[in-house]
Amino acid sequence: MNWRLWVYLQTTPLFWLTATLGAYLVADRLSIAARRHPLVNPVLISVALVAVLLRISDTPYETYFDGAQFVHFLLGPATVALGVPLYKNLALVRRNLIPMAAALLVGAIVAIVSAVVIAAWLGAPREALISLAPKSVTAGVAMAVTEKLGGLPALTAVLVILTGVTGAVVVTPLMNALGIRDYAARGFAAGLASHGIGTARAFVVDPVAGVFAGVAMGLNAVVTPAIVPLILPWLVH
Amino acid sequence: MIRGVFLLLLCQLVGEVLARTLNLPAPGPVIGLALLAAGLALWSRRHPAPDVDTTDVGKAANVLLASLSLLFVPAGVGVVQYFDLLTRYGVALGVSLIVSTLATLLATVGVFLMVKRLAGAA
Repeated sequence: MNWRLWVYLQTTPLFWLTATLGAYLVADRLSIAARRHPLVNPVLISVALVAVLLRISDTPYETYFDGAQFVHFLLGPATVALGVPLYKNLALVRRNLIPMAAALLVGAIVAIVSAVVIAAWLGAPREALISLAPKSVTAGVAMAVTEKLGGLPALTAVLVILTGVTGAVVVTPLMNALGIRDYAARGFAAGLASHGIGTARAFVVDPVAGVFAGVAMGLNAVVTPAIVPLILPWLVH
Repeated sequence: MIRGVFLLLLCQLVGEVLARTLNLPAPGPVIGLALLAAGLALWSRRHPAPDVDTTDVGKAANVLLASLSLLFVPAGVGVVQYFDLLTRYGVALGVSLIVSTLATLLATVGVFLMVKRLAGAA
């Protein structure tokens, strides 16, 4: 390619913004072709495609993010947008308040304790354990928790995204294998364990699951930062 | 459309301001989510047959939510950048992450269904 043209493209957000949308369209097409099979996760495929492009073109992440930040920014308004399906299903959510409260508390504790105990048992160092503890909540919140407790926020961001993708991939086969057809319960578990990426998956599977996933994600963003500092001293010495 | 996007941004903005000034534990967008749902509930009281999907904010929200996966791509690409951080800590984190996610899904869905059954029986 013409070198000057390439240099120009690197200085505007246009190229990598276009590439991000293009990669997503390809990934989404593949996901539809696979009849939304959980393993053909659109986030995973888009990320892989973009990562390969970055590697081939030897582009630093900062240059990429100059373009992609416009997409990233929409995570905030999209979280607010979950208020619309929540409003539409308010009666159903109200009827499930007690199961939600119980599942929220138990799920949040299991998410923290199981992750830290297993990683400690496998020999992960202290700062890694701290960084792992809030992995089930949305990235911004989890990184703030880690930072306050002396972990590595960058490592937390990685673990949060990987947890999201893991949850989005395993939730459907797991729930189907158990024969669970209550989509409120399924969605709530997806959002609690794997935040927004799990919520995105839940919306693809069932609208009610999507609503409950969004609610679980929002509630867990409050509960996990509150309980991690209480639980962690018992687990990490 | 612009009005819908404006309302979503406004809810987030008010959420961020409330979170910071009142030192609330929830992140700004999550407070914005609650504000929007509460606002819609108030709005529906004054409309005989409210259909939120036909409103500006409903349309804007549905466009965003239809492509929710797309919005995680930039952060996901960032993960690839920090992959060596993960490999430095070996398989311990990977194994823990997968097992813990499964355990969390099982515990959450199990407690939800159990309590729902108990509450229904009471």
